[in-house]
Amino acid sequence: MAGLKAPVVITANDLLSGEVVYLSPLHTWLPTLVTSQVYQTAEQAEAVLAQVAIESEVIGPYLMEVAVLNDVPGASIVPKHYREEFRRRGPSNYFHGKQEHSGNKVVS
Amino acid sequence: MYAYSEFDRAFVRDRVEQFREQLDRRLSGALTEDEFKPLRLMNGVYLQLHAYMLRVAIPYGTLSSDQMRMLAYIADRWDRGYGHFTTRQNIQFNWPRLIDTADILSALADVDMHAIQTSGNTIRNVTTDQFAGAALDEIADPRPYAELIRQWSTDHPEFQFLPRKFKIAITGSADDRAVIRAHDIGLQLIDHQGKHAFRVFVGGGLGRTPVIGQELHPALPEGDLLPYLEAILSVYNMAGRRDNKYKARIKITVAAMGVEAFRTKVESVFPSIKAGFNNQVMTMLDGLRHQFSPPEYDEKSREPYLELLDTDIDFKIWIERNVSPHKHPSYASVSISLKGHGETPGDATSEQMRAMADVAQTFGHDELRVSHEQNVVLPHVAQGDLPEIFRRLQKAKLAVANIGLLSDIIACPGMDYCALATARSIPVAQEIALRYASREAEIGFMKIKISGCINACGHHHVGHIGILGLDKAGVENYQITLGGSAGGGAVDAAIGVKMGRGFSAEELMPALDRLIDAYLLLRADVTETFAELVVRMGTQPFKEALFVVDKRD
Repeated sequence: MAGLKAPVVITANDLLSGEVVYLSPLHTWLPTLVTSQVYQTAEQAEAVLAQVAIESEVIGPYLMEVAVLNDVPGASIVPKHYREEFRRRGPSNYFHGKQEHSGNKVVS
Repeated sequence: MYAYSEFDRAFVRDRVEQFREQLDRRLSGALTEDEFKPLRLMNGVYLQLHAYMLRVAIPYGTLSSDQMRMLAYIADRWDRGYGHFTTRQNIQFNWPRLIDTADILSALADVDMHAIQTSGNTIRNVTTDQFAGAALDEIADPRPYAELIRQWSTDHPEFQFLPRKFKIAITGSADDRAVIRAHDIGLQLIDHQGKHAFRVFVGGGLGRTPVIGQELHPALPEGDLLPYLEAILSVYNMAGRRDNKYKARIKITVAAMGVEAFRTKVESVFPSIKAGFNNQVMTMLDGLRHQFSPPEYDEKSREPYLELLDTDIDFKIWIERNVSPHKHPSYASVSISLKGHGETPGDATSEQMRAMADVAQTFGHDELRVSHEQNVVLPHVAQGDLPEIFRRLQKAKLAVANIGLLSDIIACPGMDYCALATARSIPVAQEIALRYASREAEIGFMKIKISGCINACGHHHVGHIGILGLDKAGVENYQITLGGSAGGGAVDAAIGVKMGRGFSAEELMPALDRLIDAYLLLRADVTETFAELVVRMGTQPFKEALFVVDKRD
């Protein structure tokens, strides 16, 4: 996790479906980034990661950098890197993956 | 086509049941992910960005119509209604759920298919010419040899944990359509003193260290094929590096040792290995050859074909671009383009798969091929049936006439699917195809190949124009290589040369415009292809064209 800058969230893939999931404040894995627990220091997040890494319902949990936008209604959590933006959204060639269920088509 | 023996069938069934138990143990928590991962990978189940991915083996790219229909069924029942054909002549499903994978493998076993050795450090699917057994220019059908290698390499106990994955390609024609020089081992069938023999190339490969394979043997007798391959593999298995996966492919071993020293080692172990085979290779080959005998040709009239050729310009263009000569004078091979302008290269919907299966069953002696260029081929069709085939393919949106043109792009899945990717490939391919749709006939023969990371699954190193997607400080960036060639045709296999800094997604299309304009301006005449011009003039004029607007370089 060298060089990782907070704020961060914890993400993984669901064991059964492979879908991208994020750790919520209740330590449950949810498919939406907006409901994830945001950690203000990488150390905090790493301590939690060490606990959840031994759980068997997800694969490959890791920390990802986010930005928290407070100037939008209800605030919003946005991935820092485009790879995580694609994981949050789905592929760009078909309207498959998370974007299918999010109501609006996200235009890149 | 090769028909499974009872041994093959039982072997594949056993593997499905073995995997089902492993899966159950994973789901119950008895196996951790670390324990399960190598087991699922041995059965083609990967985890990608958004979902699992199942890679199904299509040995040397050959499919029956029933097998193609099963792929369509799997796409509908357990996936998202489509499949992605790959450069290893395989198919990948992008959205299976883990819990369904044993059922999918069982369905595949129903039609003598599987996903064994589509992953891991083993010998992968042997690839060959998509026109094998049909090509006018071939010395002999390479598929009996490919099948021989498949049988030998499947579950070979010595080669299940090689230093790294291992890819073999074989061509029966001097005009290489199987990119053999970019393989760990490339085999070219030749006629040597009236007998079949092989030119054997070793240590080719793409990825982060691209290398063109070197000749290891000028004329290996066909009866020595398996012992010689086994000799190469056993030397590599011992000498290949296992400390660093980026230095573990045979190309690194050969480069470090030198091809002469490598050959000496192979030749030193070859006699004892050959003795172990006890001259059985020729017997096995003879047994396999009759399973690949040519179809019973229908002597149909060519009239309907010749008539439509005179009256329908779309048909005429499709014939010129997508139809290849066949060794039988009234037959042809049809390339079905999976490169519709703006579509994803290599993707076919389940409906399209069924349409292709129907055409193959009715007009194509029940045979289909997947090409390494991510298209599908009907190897044997009577010319008299071409008008009806064209009509049916048109109806299924499968009659795009762009084989060998700029929009016939190889592209890896890139960051739209792949967990290893550093940038997207598919949207770049889509944009290029749409951008040049109206100009590609004028531009002519052109191979653009796009990879979304340095591992080069999109073969960018051997593209006439290669495009490599990278992550440059958190932004997608595309590096262009020129002068690459997959071999075959007029330009020898070659690795492309990097053209300076990369381009952002926005800069890329104008840069390609300048490149294409330079080609049209500089070519001697319309018959000089882009690749030939780069050989004649070098890359400098194109580098200047690429960077003319941008003075930072």
